[in-house]
Amino acid sequence: MRIALAGQPNCGKSTIFNHIAGYKAITSNFPGTTVKYTETKTRIKGITCSCIDLPGTYSLTSGDPAEFEARKHLLSGEVDVIINVVDASLLCRSLELTLQLLELEIPMVLCLNMIDEAQRKGIQIDVPKLSNLLGIPVISTIATTGKGLDELFNEAIKVYEEKRERRYLKFSKDIEEIINELVSILLSEHMCEKEVPCRFLALKLLENDQFFIKEINQVESITNNVKAFHERLEKIHGVPSDEVISSERHALAMNLFEKVSTVIHPPRRDIRIAIDNWVMHKVFGYLILAGIFYGFFNLIFGIGGYIEEPLMEFFDRWIERFEGFWGKESLSFFLFKGILQGIAGGIAIVLPYIVPFLIALSILEDVGYLPRVAFLMDVFMHKIGLHGKSIIPFILGYGCSVPAVMATRMLEFPQHRFIVSVLTTMIPCAARITIIFGLVAFFIGPNAALAIFGLNILIVAILGKVLSALYPEPGSLGLILEIPVYQLPHLQNTLKKSWYRIREFIVIAWPLLIIGSALLALMEYGGVEKYINWFLSPLTRILGLPVSVGMTLIFGLLRKELSMIMLTQALGTTQIIKVMTKSQILVFTIFVTFYIPCLATIAALWKEIGKKRTLLSILFTLSVAILISLATRIFLKIVF
Amino acid sequence: MQTTLDQIYENNKAKVIDIRGGSGIRKRLSQMGIHPGDIITVFRFGALGGPILIEVHGSQVALGRGIASRIIVEKVE
Repeated sequence: MRIALAGQPNCGKSTIFNHIAGYKAITSNFPGTTVKYTETKTRIKGITCSCIDLPGTYSLTSGDPAEFEARKHLLSGEVDVIINVVDASLLCRSLELTLQLLELEIPMVLCLNMIDEAQRKGIQIDVPKLSNLLGIPVISTIATTGKGLDELFNEAIKVYEEKRERRYLKFSKDIEEIINELVSILLSEHMCEKEVPCRFLALKLLENDQFFIKEINQVESITNNVKAFHERLEKIHGVPSDEVISSERHALAMNLFEKVSTVIHPPRRDIRIAIDNWVMHKVFGYLILAGIFYGFFNLIFGIGGYIEEPLMEFFDRWIERFEGFWGKESLSFFLFKGILQGIAGGIAIVLPYIVPFLIALSILEDVGYLPRVAFLMDVFMHKIGLHGKSIIPFILGYGCSVPAVMATRMLEFPQHRFIVSVLTTMIPCAARITIIFGLVAFFIGPNAALAIFGLNILIVAILGKVLSALYPEPGSLGLILEIPVYQLPHLQNTLKKSWYRIREFIVIAWPLLIIGSALLALMEYGGVEKYINWFLSPLTRILGLPVSVGMTLIFGLLRKELSMIMLTQALGTTQIIKVMTKSQILVFTIFVTFYIPCLATIAALWKEIGKKRTLLSILFTLSVAILISLATRIFLKIVF
Repeated sequence: MQTTLDQIYENNKAKVIDIRGGSGIRKRLSQMGIHPGDIITVFRFGALGGPILIEVHGSQVALGRGIASRIIVEKVE
């Protein structure tokens, strides 16, 4: 059997999912963290079932691609039980989706999550009464602590086994009449399938949902009938038919909410609102934003630099020792050096920066700071033709470009998705940040690294302006974004999430690093690397870089970290400053920051924006990288 | 007196009368729980013409000025 977790964004579906799946789905405190579904197999009460975590959706009307994905699954006919997760503190609004889910006629359990948050707000919910009114079991839970979750899944199994008769709540009389008329027309034309129940289809048609309107387009008589019903509703209620239905559902939800909830005390003057008075303030908000990112930067550099130095020295000593043992020109030494440098690169250069970075990013995400950044940055994002929501893919881009590209699904418009996904690939990801830290900050100084981050933001903003002028988005509405309340991050969850992301580096990137490093050492031994470097020499010459770095740029296409680790291998020393000048290091780092996205990102782009636009973005980022690093080279030559 | 949401001062309440615009904007707003008849509290205005932070049915929502100017409201004392 298949259980689907469905609900509005940020109500805790993924947290519940992780409770039974182990840590498999990224969770955080902003709406739209999950943009694609995750599935897991599990056993509950001896029954094998698969559980799917769907992206959050505010309603079942088609919206952005993430919502579309959720609806597609619910209508696939493969879901046996729905667990409708709602944020109990936002019960009134959430019930509108619940009412729509009921229309799907799939066995369902309502999960009143974050019940503690509702109590804090002073809302008391009469659970048995709600269960009675909706005709489905209702379970209160607190997903972050796991409270009530076992009961929830047991109940899900129970409703599946009982196949309980489902009922739905009735609209006003005149609307019910129209629904019934339309249902009988649909039935006579055999338009209803098992997956798409008649009443649901009828309501969607009355709501003028373009997806279903297109579906019934072949049958002219229905199209005409639907049009007539639209007019009839509009005539009676004086507003367009979609609004009639949505207002009606809203009224039903409000009515339900009033029947089952009592306000036991007015919402206490919450400290979190006082925090927002500063964090979202017109002036202080921006100062705090700058402060947080500056602190973030210094923290990571501080921790990383502290660990990198002694570790590098340690590995260098070992390499020297083996050089004496095997002899400088022997194959064993080349191979050993390659492998050791691959291992060293992972331990000494990448992990010291990536671990504190990912932990700090997790905390920022879980606290709920990111939507506030979107609020603050909206006005600036508009200046480059986008809106505030796009800041979230950008911030995620500092972690990894792949989820950043996928997060563009939370944007409504295809042109925005295209522009933002191309731009996020140019935001330095954790791998490139380690390059900026490990090379520029380490050998030149933290300010030079800050300058690179600044330059990067400036270039991305300018390119955003250019791209949005080239690909304008007609009909863009502007920002509509829910700002969730702050949550104290749970240490366990933060660590699990960071580990989930770090593991990706350890199991995929690191072995690649070691193999790549050994491969490069062998190529060097066999002299193959000369040809590749020769082939890339026009590029390295024009940028004024040592010819031997050419090879590292090829490796960087596999994984960005490889560029730097291979650099130590290609140059034959970890003391890069001895063989490259400071300006060469700067030019190299800037080129690596902007040039062609890594393979995994290209694959993600391919899926999200298509083949043609992916190729276009490869060319685009490459030319941007060449132009910017060339400009840096010339600038540095003139100034210094 | 009817006005638009972006004309309401911070920390004041307003009742939604109508939403001007196509079904796209109505749909998006209704998903956030904003329909004619609902009471909205304006929390704060972003700097330099930035978005407006409002509260509706217990949740906080950021709305761009352009959208707010299409929500017709009546001030509630």
